[in-house]
Amino acid sequence: MRLVVVLAVLMGVSGIPDVTISPPTASADTSAHPNSIPETADESEQIKARTEEGAEEDVMATGELNPNHYPARRAAQVVQHYLNTRYGSPFRLIGVQTVHSGNAEDVADSGRKYQLELSVNDIITNTTKTCSAELFFPKGKGQQPPEVKASCEELLKIDIKAQEEALYQKYKTNQTLMSAQYLPDSHGHIEPDMKPFWHLGILASSFIMLNESTENTLYNVAQVANITQLTTEEDHLEFDCHTLLHEMVSQEIIHWKMLFTWSPAEGVKVVQMKRLPHRHEREKSPKTN
Amino acid sequence: MKGFWLLLVLVAAAKAEKGFTGDQVIRVNVKSEEQIHLLQALETAQEWEVDFWLDPVSTELPVDIRVPRFSLIPVKEHLTFHNIPFTVMIENVQELLDKEKAEMEANQMKERSTRSLNFGAYHDLNTIYSWMDTLVADYPNLITKQHIGVSYENRPMYVLKFSTGGYNRPAIWVDTGIHAREWVTQATGVWTANKIATDYGTDASLTSLLNTMDLYMLIVANPDGYVFSHTNDRMWRKTRSVNPGYACRGVDPNRNWDAGFGGPGASSYPCSDSYHGPSANSEIEVKNVVNLIQSHGNFKAFISVHSYSQLLMYPYGYVCSSANHQAELHSVGRAAAQKLTSLYGTAYQVGSICNIIYQASGGSIDWSYNSGIKYSFAFELRDTGRYGFILPADQIIPTASETWLALKHIMEYVRDHPY
Repeated sequence: MRLVVVLAVLMGVSGIPDVTISPPTASADTSAHPNSIPETADESEQIKARTEEGAEEDVMATGELNPNHYPARRAAQVVQHYLNTRYGSPFRLIGVQTVHSGNAEDVADSGRKYQLELSVNDIITNTTKTCSAELFFPKGKGQQPPEVKASCEELLKIDIKAQEEALYQKYKTNQTLMSAQYLPDSHGHIEPDMKPFWHLGILASSFIMLNESTENTLYNVAQVANITQLTTEEDHLEFDCHTLLHEMVSQEIIHWKMLFTWSPAEGVKVVQMKRLPHRHEREKSPKTN
Repeated sequence: MKGFWLLLVLVAAAKAEKGFTGDQVIRVNVKSEEQIHLLQALETAQEWEVDFWLDPVSTELPVDIRVPRFSLIPVKEHLTFHNIPFTVMIENVQELLDKEKAEMEANQMKERSTRSLNFGAYHDLNTIYSWMDTLVADYPNLITKQHIGVSYENRPMYVLKFSTGGYNRPAIWVDTGIHAREWVTQATGVWTANKIATDYGTDASLTSLLNTMDLYMLIVANPDGYVFSHTNDRMWRKTRSVNPGYACRGVDPNRNWDAGFGGPGASSYPCSDSYHGPSANSEIEVKNVVNLIQSHGNFKAFISVHSYSQLLMYPYGYVCSSANHQAELHSVGRAAAQKLTSLYGTAYQVGSICNIIYQASGGSIDWSYNSGIKYSFAFELRDTGRYGFILPADQIIPTASETWLALKHIMEYVRDHPY
């Protein structure tokens, strides 16, 4: 276990030799999101309260973790979001496949640290890679995002550069700006040429999901409600996006709006993000029966 | 001469007219050889065009004659004149033919509709309810539809009961769709009900199971929510009950059962998607099931089906301590999950609710377990988050098929371990 920690730390420090970092998306230090505008402290308190509603068991799992139980699986999900912010693409989406082993411990009064061995897979090409990851969930006031370090074998081996370039060129030079709603639709259907935009919506959401994650949450993207291309003079595509996140522990559907950019060179950068009010805050008064 | 031609035209017209409108079938109970000869002679009276359905052969047997409308009067007069009593068996042959044709068409349509329901698509409530009727009509000796109560918005709640007889046999309960947005579960319920109906009699294990136990399936456990998820909000989870004083409606029906009600893992805030409600069983949808289970009194297994996450779980959710039968339930669950995985490689985790997913109070299988129904399980079907609630329709049948293997395993185990 200690060897893994050392390895993970070393890898985090010295970089990963056999993995080419092509799109420098977010850095490993999640507090340095490019130009992301975090929500106000009040809002983040609200969300934290909501997701921790009906609080968890008093004692947090410590020591060796059962890889099938939720503490390890929630931590693994955070690693998934992290990996998507770093390596994700319209043509590469990463998902947790199996958690092999895990360990959790308290770190003085500052937070909790996890180590995980897991397998992830590139959803689109269905190739599986093993990863080691280390997470730190800070304690304290306000919503502080977790810190993640992860190294995986050969995640970027499959070459998607050509597809990315083709997508970029097509939408850089298109006459009309693209716009799509409800990806997937109610029946789980997505038009094949809209799939890259579904993936982009998931990638942009991964920054948010990573930001919002705690030991008491488990996030997935429920649906990309709307993704609309905006004009820009710069060397990237720009999108306005509205996604629905599903938070498993509270079972809430949380709406987020984002402004983000993408290019093959830069990857996804979230420019602005904003949580939309809860459904009931937008609901009209009940209709009479 | 003119009269004759007119008659011919009329006859021709009558003959050309398709069908047998106004034709009658009369029955003669012959009393003597003489009557037989007379009737045989009738056959040769070509202008009357009678058509024997039962030939005059002996005095032991009746003689049935179809008489075309235009010769009804002369034929009847002839029989009366010769003291041959008769009765009218069929007043209007065409009417009977029409009725028969309609019946045949209806049967064909029935066949078409149970078989032609696309199991690989999501259907709205009305379609599912209509389909239930066709299933019951197709398998009347196996399935009955029971009205177990109404929903908050007064929609009927129906259970399909699979039974080969007996009285109050030990029974297995399966519910799908308690959470509206989990569409793959209602769809799986539909496929599974059809699977059971078609496999009974050919699958030895299923047949032996249904020969000793009954199966109750509640396919749409939350009809109001299901409709709302079609018409208004695909992500709706709860019931649609009004929460006094709040704009938001609905209670999480899987936090509303009387098992650790109001404890951790459920919200007291009506606008929350895990709101437990004002009191246990406050939701009529839950109460209807509780009433059925309690008044039946002989359920041996209780299985609730949800999505998503690919999990097979047993009690408890409201506490994280082990249930008394933890070891056995885990063993059954593991074997069932292995059967599931064997079909397409879909991986499932097995464990108690509290350990595997979260601590959650007021859940259905905790209540059923504490009520003495030992074999209580909860499924979370496909997938693990990529599509989540909006699972593509082309995954319905694979999901239902693999899940069936697990369900079957559990049911067989229950059959083989009576208590």
